[in-house]
Amino acid sequence: MLKQVEGSHAVAEAVALCRPEVISAYPITPQTHIVEDLGLMVKAGAIENCEFLLVESEFGALSACIGSSATGARSYTATSSQGMLFMMEAVYNASGMGLPIVMTVGNRAIGAPINIWNDWGDSMSARDAGWVQLFVESNQQAVDVHIQAFRLAEQLSLPVMVCMDGFILTHSFSQVDIPDQKQVDEFLPPFEPRQVLDPSSPVSMGAMVGPEAFTEVRYLAHHKQMEALEFIPEQAAEFEKIFDRDSGGLVKSFGCEGAETVVVTMGSVIGTMKPVLSEMRDDGISIGALTVRSFRPFPKETLRALLKDAKRVIVFEKCLAVGMGGILAMNLRMALKDFPIHVHSAIGGLGGRPITRANLRRMFEKGIKDNMEEPHFHDIHMDIVERELEREQAQRRSGSIAENILQDVGIVAAAKTI
Amino acid sequence: MPQIPETHQKVRFYQTGTLTVGNRLLDADHRSVQGTMDRSNSLDSGHRACQGCGEALGARFAIDAAMRATNNQLIAANATGCLEVFTTPYPETAWSIPWVHSLFGNAAAVGAGIAAALKAKGREDVRVIAQGGDGGTTDIGFGCLSGMFDRNDDVLYICYNNEAYMNTGVQRSSATPGAARTATTMPVGKDPGNAFNTGKSVPLIAMAHLIPYVATASVHDLHDLEHKVTKAMGIRGARYIELFVPCPLGWGSKPSDTVKIARLAVECGLYPMIEAQDGELTGVTKIRRQVPVGDYLKLQRRFAHVLKPANAHQLEQLQAIADRNIKKFSLIDEQGGQE
Repeated sequence: MLKQVEGSHAVAEAVALCRPEVISAYPITPQTHIVEDLGLMVKAGAIENCEFLLVESEFGALSACIGSSATGARSYTATSSQGMLFMMEAVYNASGMGLPIVMTVGNRAIGAPINIWNDWGDSMSARDAGWVQLFVESNQQAVDVHIQAFRLAEQLSLPVMVCMDGFILTHSFSQVDIPDQKQVDEFLPPFEPRQVLDPSSPVSMGAMVGPEAFTEVRYLAHHKQMEALEFIPEQAAEFEKIFDRDSGGLVKSFGCEGAETVVVTMGSVIGTMKPVLSEMRDDGISIGALTVRSFRPFPKETLRALLKDAKRVIVFEKCLAVGMGGILAMNLRMALKDFPIHVHSAIGGLGGRPITRANLRRMFEKGIKDNMEEPHFHDIHMDIVERELEREQAQRRSGSIAENILQDVGIVAAAKTI
Repeated sequence: MPQIPETHQKVRFYQTGTLTVGNRLLDADHRSVQGTMDRSNSLDSGHRACQGCGEALGARFAIDAAMRATNNQLIAANATGCLEVFTTPYPETAWSIPWVHSLFGNAAAVGAGIAAALKAKGREDVRVIAQGGDGGTTDIGFGCLSGMFDRNDDVLYICYNNEAYMNTGVQRSSATPGAARTATTMPVGKDPGNAFNTGKSVPLIAMAHLIPYVATASVHDLHDLEHKVTKAMGIRGARYIELFVPCPLGWGSKPSDTVKIARLAVECGLYPMIEAQDGELTGVTKIRRQVPVGDYLKLQRRFAHVLKPANAHQLEQLQAIADRNIKKFSLIDEQGGQE
């Protein structure tokens, strides 16, 4: 059914359609609306046979899901930012134990300085944690991918993170087609765990493993993730058959075939990019884009096949590996290492910095000339950076960096002009 | 479902210095679970606990009692720690019940998740125990434990308290008593061992959550432990039992003294055995004759420095704590002649 709803509400409806049995919730912006809506649905009886646990922390939230999933219940939670870091020990534990928990990450920056706005710092902090990580571009896709996430998780016995841009998606209203229960039931069979805590057939789960087996256990975790590279497209095709929508898959091309320059990105920013790219194409520039929908596992072969004829790639990402550079760029360079392709790394949108059509076009044009710094910080104000570096050089106790910069550009600076 | 008596029959068998014997003196339906042919052996032989391990002894009695009380419909979540390590080096396991270990600090939350799953599935006949050592309970797992109490999740949490992080090599926890030697509170300087006026009482904190049942128990009185576990399993909601489990390795005591030390801890007043329901103290185990704390301390090398004349002030402090406990919880009857 078509509805004009907030992204968080759409996700809550999608999760409800998946017949979750245990939902644990701890509030953190911008994930809050999802769990609020789910809490309401459970309390109102709209989700049957479901327990809604209000836990004391994100660590407790995921730990409760570990317990419930190990008991054979379809389990769900959602988090963002600092919450992801606070639960990190359980994040690794859930994947190590092969528990098919689905977790929404309303992507948000990580502090300090504390910042509630969107970037991918949180999901990226867990990129090697053994979870499947699916990034979505729109609220429709968020709905569709959550439904696919439960099936994928349970098929593989691996936890899945659905990563959606905080605020940009979670808090925006758009038209979303909410599937009906019959369709979802047809696509998503009941959860049959590989191993379950059951008094009629007792097992010990989560015991200690020494050097004699740990390498093989880790190999198999990798192997299982790589299997997802087959399952994800298969599942997207089946999803399309039932729901009549192309949603999911490993990557999505936006006219990247045959383009000299291909922009590679993830998440909702493609929505801003699309009109820019079509404008540029109208101006005779050979440019296209693709989004990586499955960041973990990383679809190396698919990307190689799609990008082999490109002259250059501009990777745009909302995250930074401090001391190294772009994370998606790093992964992509690895995938394309034997191709004669320039891979430029652009990092932008950090902590919610707006990404506009105008500044994207400027950046793409710079990339096309192959004269980008490595890494390129999109829309950075270097004069502010330099002023701070001068202050630091002038005196040892130069104060908090964030505070100094805000003195230069924030309300304080604005007040000085009055 | 077996018939479980409301109260347990007391037998006085002081001649042997232990309360673990005497099963035959009891009425048939009051005999210990461990003494029955159909005990479940939940924590079976072949595990790798040290000789004289109080935790292994306590866990076996506690879980078997819970199994009997629940008609063998039991799942356990275990925190990281000695109990986890010595019972489950893959591919071996000493557990014959469904058992899960996740992390050090989340046993209470994992237990809560299991209970939620069972409720969602309409399997509330299956009951849940979460368990861990004092480090996993009073320190790193404290947030999750308090959350479980707060939500009144249908979980019995058992803390096996050996008063330090034994699995990592005997470091101080917030359950370590004053003056005790640990690897991080060495007996050097002018106040050797662990500092006084630190630490916390999780049983009292549990009571402050107004959960339906809180008890402390000690491995010298396993019949009492069985009774408390049985009682706890007859109640729904969040329950907490803290069990005093001497650790020969960490305490520097003889493996053969585990039960004796556990008894002396209670009889000197340092470890009061209490019961509480809905935040109200409902029962204490009386002490017949208070023994000096020195009798308890002298069997443990972790307190060796306390018995030196130079540290007489520490002995006095420990005695004062014991005396305060006796007064606070009325552990000695007036006719007992101590008040």
